[in-house]
Amino acid sequence: MSLLLPDSGLLFWMLLSFGVVFVVLAKYGFPVITKMVEGRRTYIDQSLEVAKEANAQLQRLKAESEALVAAANKEQGRILREAMHERDKIIVEARKQAEVAAQKELDDVKKQIQQEKEEAIRDIRRQVAVLSVDIAEKVIRKNLDEEHEQMEMIDRMLDEVLAASRSN
Amino acid sequence: MRQMRNLLTGILLMLGMLFTTLPVAAQGGEAELDSIAKRDDVTSAEQKENTVDVKEIVFGHIGDAYEWHITTWGKTHVTIPLPIIVYSSQTGWHAFLSSRLEENEGSYEGFSIAPEGSKYEGKVVEYDAAGNEIRPWDISITKVTLSLLINSVLLLIIILAVAQWYRKHPQGSAAPGGFIGFMEMFIMMVNDDIIKSCVGPKYRKFAPYLLTAFFFIFINNIMGLIPIFPGGANVTGNIAITMVLALFTFVAVNLFGTKTYWKDIFWPDVPWWLKVPVPMMPFIEFFGIFTKPFALMIRLFANMLAGHMAMLVLTCLIFISASMGPALNGTLTVASVLFNIFMNALELLVAFIQAYVFTMLSAVFIGLAQEEHKEVKVKENNN
Repeated sequence: MSLLLPDSGLLFWMLLSFGVVFVVLAKYGFPVITKMVEGRRTYIDQSLEVAKEANAQLQRLKAESEALVAAANKEQGRILREAMHERDKIIVEARKQAEVAAQKELDDVKKQIQQEKEEAIRDIRRQVAVLSVDIAEKVIRKNLDEEHEQMEMIDRMLDEVLAASRSN
Repeated sequence: MRQMRNLLTGILLMLGMLFTTLPVAAQGGEAELDSIAKRDDVTSAEQKENTVDVKEIVFGHIGDAYEWHITTWGKTHVTIPLPIIVYSSQTGWHAFLSSRLEENEGSYEGFSIAPEGSKYEGKVVEYDAAGNEIRPWDISITKVTLSLLINSVLLLIIILAVAQWYRKHPQGSAAPGGFIGFMEMFIMMVNDDIIKSCVGPKYRKFAPYLLTAFFFIFINNIMGLIPIFPGGANVTGNIAITMVLALFTFVAVNLFGTKTYWKDIFWPDVPWWLKVPVPMMPFIEFFGIFTKPFALMIRLFANMLAGHMAMLVLTCLIFISASMGPALNGTLTVASVLFNIFMNALELLVAFIQAYVFTMLSAVFIGLAQEEHKEVKVKENNN
């Protein structure tokens, strides 16, 4: 039965020792430890958060740079295409211009030829006229009796004319 | 025929077991064999003297004493005398070592230990003029008290040493290893798993008390399992100890109880006829204030007491069976040792579990007293 009856002296000592242990540990023991551990825990949580953020940022940067590269590629393609277009256009233009120029030259040449031809014709015409006048003069000047003499005469005159024109 | 053979092998096996256990007993203690040999030719009167008083051994070990009995070597008792501090209403304060009582044939400065059968059996008493026993105001450093003080100092040293590391290191330094790391894990386990989850959002205010209670109970339980001097006393299996612990929980629960807590006690949410003409539910609830810490007190006390008792009885088995012949004694010795190993392992677990349970239930009671009305309603809605 004495087991179930708390002894007053022991109660006193227990109250005292537990009280002292409680006060000391509650002031200098456990809060120091739990505070530090909890601080460390929040620090780790924060670090994780920061790392996650940094990772996300890195991902974002990567995506951004990729987008940038893709845009640059696109731009390059566009520029190249445009340049090709431009080149084609320039070539076509140049060709057209060349054609026009050639046509113009051709026309000029034709015109010149025509002119020269006309001039030649005029020259020939003049010479023929002169020749005709000369021939007529000579024919008139000589006495043309016979047929063959007349013919001989014409031939000789023609030779002369030719020689004269050649010597000219 | 087959049955006969089975029986024979069975008997042979049993005999074999007996013979294999015998040498162990012989090695276990030659003195024991000597005493057995002596016992063969002692008279019946001596035999009575030699029989083991299990009750006295067991209750002597689990109870309190004014001296710390370590062992008895032959006829000499090896004990540590402890100071007796008493205040007598007649003669004032007295302080002397318990060995003085023995030196002076059981009485010193008018004080003696009450004999068997007295109302104050085993306690220091003085006698008035009429020869009546009077119990003085006794704050002696008894065995349990000394053990309590040693364990308290040990706990203070351990926790303050661990706390010192945290004080020295800046916030954000790497986690400690070794013993400090282990203690950190242990403390945070109690802090997070028991206290935080049972008390609720306002756990921070109660964490120091609950942590102290846990480690105080745990270290006393563990020290009680060590069979030699600094340990071995049945501290947490003493009702005065558990009573103070329960008292602290009682104060923590009721001193910091919220309005909702008190309202739930005196005006609980039950049909009106349970509380208006006869305040039945309020009475039960009010009674509950005291039964909760009372249950805490009894649970810890009974568990630790029973553990110590079981181990002592198992050990006594060896000495009880000493008079039953070497064969039975040897077998029982082996059985006792094996059972004691098992019990020690079990008690190690119980030491932790009881500290855990006390802390957890205290935390639950505190948590219940911390509940605000809103939370109760939310919980009801959830259900």
